[in-house]
Amino acid sequence: MNTHQFDVVVVGAGGAGLMAGLYASKTAKTAIISKLYPTRSHTGAAQGGISAAFGNSEEDRPEWHTYDSVKGSDYLGDQDAIEFMCNEAPQAVLELEHYGLPFDRTPEGRISQRPFGGHTNNVTGKPVRRACHAADRTGHMILQTLYQQCLKNNATFYDEFQVIDLLMDSKRAVGVVALEMATGELHTFHAKSVVIATGGHGRIWEITSNAYAYSGDGAAIAYRRGIPLEDMEFFQFHPTGIYKLGILITEGVRGEGGILINGKGERFMTKYAPTVKDLASRDVISRAIYLEIRDGNGINGENYVYLDVRPEVVNRYAVLDGRTKPDGTPYTVTAEELLKKLPDIIDFNRVYLGIDPMTQPMPIQPTAHYTMGGIPTNKFGEVLDENNTPYAGLYAAGEAACVSVHGANRLGTNSLLDLVVFGKYAGLRAAEYAKDTDFASLPADPTEFTRQQFDALRNADGKENAMTISNEMKKMMFEDVGVFRTEEGMRRALDKLAELRERYTHVRVQDTGKIFNTDLLNAWELGNLLELAEVVTVSALNRQESRGGHAREDFPKRDDQNWLKHTLAWKRGEKVEIGYKPVTITKYQPKERVY
Amino acid sequence: MNVTLKIFRYNPEVDKKWHYETYNIEAEPTDRVLDLLENVKGYTDGTLSFRRSCAHGVCGSDAMRINGRNALACKTLVRDLGDKITVEPILGLKVEKDLIVDMKPFFDNYKKVLPWFINDSPLPEDGKERLQSPEQRERFDDTTKCILCACCTTSCPSFWASDDYLGPAALVTAHRFIFDSRDEAAAERIEIVSETHGLARCHTAFNCTMACPRDIQVTKAIGELKMLTVTGKLE
Repeated sequence: MNTHQFDVVVVGAGGAGLMAGLYASKTAKTAIISKLYPTRSHTGAAQGGISAAFGNSEEDRPEWHTYDSVKGSDYLGDQDAIEFMCNEAPQAVLELEHYGLPFDRTPEGRISQRPFGGHTNNVTGKPVRRACHAADRTGHMILQTLYQQCLKNNATFYDEFQVIDLLMDSKRAVGVVALEMATGELHTFHAKSVVIATGGHGRIWEITSNAYAYSGDGAAIAYRRGIPLEDMEFFQFHPTGIYKLGILITEGVRGEGGILINGKGERFMTKYAPTVKDLASRDVISRAIYLEIRDGNGINGENYVYLDVRPEVVNRYAVLDGRTKPDGTPYTVTAEELLKKLPDIIDFNRVYLGIDPMTQPMPIQPTAHYTMGGIPTNKFGEVLDENNTPYAGLYAAGEAACVSVHGANRLGTNSLLDLVVFGKYAGLRAAEYAKDTDFASLPADPTEFTRQQFDALRNADGKENAMTISNEMKKMMFEDVGVFRTEEGMRRALDKLAELRERYTHVRVQDTGKIFNTDLLNAWELGNLLELAEVVTVSALNRQESRGGHAREDFPKRDDQNWLKHTLAWKRGEKVEIGYKPVTITKYQPKERVY
Repeated sequence: MNVTLKIFRYNPEVDKKWHYETYNIEAEPTDRVLDLLENVKGYTDGTLSFRRSCAHGVCGSDAMRINGRNALACKTLVRDLGDKITVEPILGLKVEKDLIVDMKPFFDNYKKVLPWFINDSPLPEDGKERLQSPEQRERFDDTTKCILCACCTTSCPSFWASDDYLGPAALVTAHRFIFDSRDEAAAERIEIVSETHGLARCHTAFNCTMACPRDIQVTKAIGELKMLTVTGKLE
């Protein structure tokens, strides 16, 4: 029996987990457990930037950042938490710089900032330079920098340990169970505090920018232990994924002047967002692309449009828009400058499509990207029940959590900000709680539920294949619970999910060994995705309005009268039970959202 | 198109010795080698083991030897390989199962070069960022791209000869900090990379540069470190 004792156990080693681990380990004995080597985490795939209203290049204020985020959330975000995050942002980004993060620089030597979707000067309504960036690999630099700081501070890592279960003593977290991948041994981590920072579940959908690792492990584990999941119907489809592959093309491309073009050669965003056009919020642009395609305006009538960042195109539209540089001169770009600012984007296109974005436009389509919902927390990372009462010793941060600062639609760059700010506070609170408390006792047989789940996958009749089930789920979810939704489509989806979940009970893994049994872990992860797909769909079917990333064709308007509230979903046997809780509104009363 | 995919197999729980298995599968020219591996694992042999996560060349999980060259399986397309593809684990690290190798010696070497920012001077009085000009930032830009996939280190003949050689990836990390104008521990790091298991083991084979999926000029970076130990000047 492998049992370890730590004051704080952090599950997941992306930006949020590393930040929590870094802060918790300053005062408490802390372990950071991850199914990946930490530098493989999906934070590393984030490209365009992290927002903070420094105003290094032009006037900006945290209040504007707050308002933009509230508006971006379609008024579903909790305004106290959003204000807290945006006020913390400048200090959080400076902290990263002080840790050595190599941000790009202005001529004055300060952190360079670029415009991003939905971030505006609240007086003029024009895009503002708020996204602090390191080329188009800002997430990579955050992940590397935080991992390096954890090494510097001698944090304890358990790499390639996959957490399978959360141990609770009534409403108190007491530890986790993990599988050591190299040996197949189960380990029990007895803890005073547990921080869940396992990321999102974008692998539910066929076209996705998300890593294989994004199987919603933390949310599914918590859900099975009776913890509610909040706002799961809100999932972001990023407008610009590489056609068919879903690989992310950062909004930074449009920040640098890239333009969306339909099959008629038109810049169609002028129709949908007359003021900020191609820098509207992501949900708005994803819907616009779908509508263009539906009207036969895809490229050659196919399911994609172009994102054009050829220098002559950028420069032509910059003149039309009257865009200027920080010094007031007209905005122009050269291929050489773009190559420096967007090297990875250009590389992705060359490798996967064989095209050069400096001479050809990029074929793009919306791609499943970000989990706005998740494990409900307050702004200190404390996990909450339906009465907003914290579970003792249980914390969540980053994409796995729902604070909620993103509400119905997240603004670009706010995810990196979220994980740095709330990762830190979750780590601090977890350590603080551990300091004043004793270990609660573990259950008599801590690994029982984990073994049950694995035994089912080892001993089933083997009539079904996991990959087949997975592909059917992804295709169906992309069609029926994607950018646009209808009651009919979602009912069809629920029937299909019931069928797939039944078939899943017949999956038997082929690999019977212990060493790196990724067959077993992949099959277990599919169980998480199926479980969460059902929560997403039930939550979405119940919400009879359109708001942010949840767009219903049968209820096309936002309905604040009835639906200005957060969804909560519980597991009750094999059913999803739905409840609601109010949104926190402080300064900004809901109004129509126009870009 | 039909592809003949030959994969190195070794399961220590079953096999006395490694062997190759050959699979014939249908593929698109635009498929990634990773897609083919997923296909085999999903439909033919669930025991096939390999690491992967992001699937687009930024996480560094799936470094492998593909037709004899180190590369990421998710960044190598069938159209660039033809219809005969051989996939083997990277060299110089112990094979744990199939395409999975023991990464510990690789990360241990990384940790030796003090891979973290060091500057114990007081922060600027305004509490804001340490200033750095765009030119100073550009000086170490190339080496900030490293994703620690180990393609470079495990393509290096000196590393094959002895895994106590720091290897290209650790040297790239040293370069990233030594040439960062804000970092203050260059002298300490130069001392570390100058020891016998460091720069002296690089014989400029350029395998590392050829292998890097991030197009880092690895040999050039190591050359700059070598020059630094001779001239003592950070330029």
